Amino acid sequence: MQIHLHRAERLWLICGLAMLVAFLATITTAAVVDGFVPPSRVQSIDPTKVSRTPPFDHPGLRKVGEGAYEAYYVARVFSFSPATIEVPAGSRVTFYVTSTDVEHGFSIPETGVNTMVTPGWVSQVSHTFRTRGTFLLVCNEYCGSGHQMMAAKVEVK
Amino acid sequence: MATDAGTSTEPKAALARADGDLLALTHIYTATLVLGIGALFGVLQGYSRANFIVMPPAFDYYRMLTAHGVLMALVFTTFFITGLFTYMTYRSIPRARSTILGWTGYWTMLFGTVMTTVTILSGNATVLYTFYAPLKASPFFYFGATFLILGTWCVAGDVALNIRWWKRSNPTQKTPLPAFIAACTMLMWVIATLGVVAEMGLLIPWSLGWTSGIDVSLTRMLFWYFGHPLVYFWIMAAYAIWYTIVPATYKGAVFSDALTRVAFVSLLLLSTPVGLHHQYLDPGISAGWKWLHTVTTYGVVIPSFMTAFAIFASFEIAARKAGVRGFWNIVRRLPWKNPVFAGPALGMLLFIPGGFGGIVNNSYAMDVLVHNTMWIVGHFHITVGGPVALTFIGAAYGLVPALSGRKLYAPKVALVQVYTYFVGMSIMSTAMHWAGLLGSPRRTSDVTYFGANGAATWHPEMVWAAVGGSLVAISILMFVIVATGTFLADRHPANTPAFAFAPTDEEAMPTPPALDRLGRWGLVALALAVLAYAGPVVQQLQAHAYLAPGMRTW
Repeated sequence: MQIHLHRAERLWLICGLAMLVAFLATITTAAVVDGFVPPSRVQSIDPTKVSRTPPFDHPGLRKVGEGAYEAYYVARVFSFSPATIEVPAGSRVTFYVTSTDVEHGFSIPETGVNTMVTPGWVSQVSHTFRTRGTFLLVCNEYCGSGHQMMAAKVEVK
Repeated sequence: MATDAGTSTEPKAALARADGDLLALTHIYTATLVLGIGALFGVLQGYSRANFIVMPPAFDYYRMLTAHGVLMALVFTTFFITGLFTYMTYRSIPRARSTILGWTGYWTMLFGTVMTTVTILSGNATVLYTFYAPLKASPFFYFGATFLILGTWCVAGDVALNIRWWKRSNPTQKTPLPAFIAACTMLMWVIATLGVVAEMGLLIPWSLGWTSGIDVSLTRMLFWYFGHPLVYFWIMAAYAIWYTIVPATYKGAVFSDALTRVAFVSLLLLSTPVGLHHQYLDPGISAGWKWLHTVTTYGVVIPSFMTAFAIFASFEIAARKAGVRGFWNIVRRLPWKNPVFAGPALGMLLFIPGGFGGIVNNSYAMDVLVHNTMWIVGHFHITVGGPVALTFIGAAYGLVPALSGRKLYAPKVALVQVYTYFVGMSIMSTAMHWAGLLGSPRRTSDVTYFGANGAATWHPEMVWAAVGGSLVAISILMFVIVATGTFLADRHPANTPAFAFAPTDEEAMPTPPALDRLGRWGLVALALAVLAYAGPVVQQLQAHAYLAPGMRTW
């Protein structure tokens, strides 16, 4: 199959292709070197038994090391449990979230914390809170008539 | 090359053509009506988000949002596209033909649309247009959507039969370009809709209570297997107009027949194996599979680069032939006062930020910054709501008179309409993108969160979005008035308004015959889709055996 490209078009496509390759190289390097990948935990859980499955039977914050925390959240219509957590500034928090009912979102605006919460799976996402203040945690996937009320707080002291 | 073949003198052929025109016209008027209803819901949402109004519980925000999403994304676009492709196929392959399959498709689509819309408006399917399980809608919602898709398959079959007739009658000639584009896009659509029809195969028995649980992740994956090519279905139809219809408005030509076919075949191959980029933040799919879809999504950008080149080249070649040189002279020469040109051309302008925004969204882990925020809403309004809708509206100003033999009602209103739309959509989508960067979530009726500090920063953007949205809604009302006026005024000029496909540039290279073999390209496309999805589907099925009961949380 013979396709002849006009010289200008060849140049245009080479530039476009080079741009895409540069983007791909950047995000691939960030993924391999810095571990900057989207939240992709593969761990299943029976959502009807969340309240009996450790550690989700006692949702909340656990200190696992110096400045390192794990936070276990249960999402259900239309609230998060725990409703508030408190961590010192500079803490690295790893969030584990699961749903007992429908699809939810788990997002802390102005941070990189953002993941879907699918019933049947455990989502995982980490963030280091450097600045003090109250962070709003919202459900950002429609889950029903009270979706707009589904929010919680992260207090960074 | 393929030009309007309206010179047939045989009465039988003339009758067949009149019926074919009526079929395409009916699709376009249905799309127009749906656009009008969808715009009303859209502007009310804008006012709700800006806290100007509060929707009553009897007809709440989420019900309206479901109606807006389904009517705009799934119904308006689909009816316009099936009408457009019926027109492009019938006009570029002139023959005496039966339109029974085409009409069967239309009535099936309409039946499904009415069933789904009534179910949504009655409050029994407030599941948004993505209908993520285990939110469980009334079975009529899923049945209606399935009928809508099965109807489009009839249209695809009709296009395919016409292509087959052409190949048998003209074994040595390539398929006319407009019919080729229609067939290529409908083939992509059939491959893509296999996913959502399979999903319906799981949802329907579950919603009827025949099965007790549903695999939530599998239905999400099947939805997005369809959901992204859905986007390309819209874009390919807009490209079809940019390539074959728009150049006729400035006495230009298709830049290259062969390269146009290369672009469409690439879109056929690469539109489907990309859907995981909508699921970057989903648990249960490993990062490696998501990365693979990042690569293929970048690949599907290439035919868009080709299209951008071909369109600007066509502008320049036409100007040079008329002895015009220099960038601004070429721009000035274009028919900016003809809405059939101005609509699509303004749409092309919107597609520059829209397309680059899409590349941003595809950038893997960066998606955490924008996923499910207003940025995404801004993105699809500056793509499907901008280039696609403006191109369809602009083309309708040419198609409706050509198909109905009527004079366009209030052409000045039509011209003002496309510019108003452009300004309104620019304001609205910019404000939405900005609110998204600040973290404002999408799909939420009220984002004040009991007066939380961060949430207050999103309000000014929402007011701007409501201002832009008002302009868009006024503009769509103007479009509906022109379309209705053309029908009601019923004025017939002595000569049917000319509306022909653009010829191909005569200096372009010949088209390799391999490009014309759509059946084989379709098989390659299917193989690529299977390759891209086999891994993630197996991973989910292995890790996961939980079946969710349905829930009605609204």
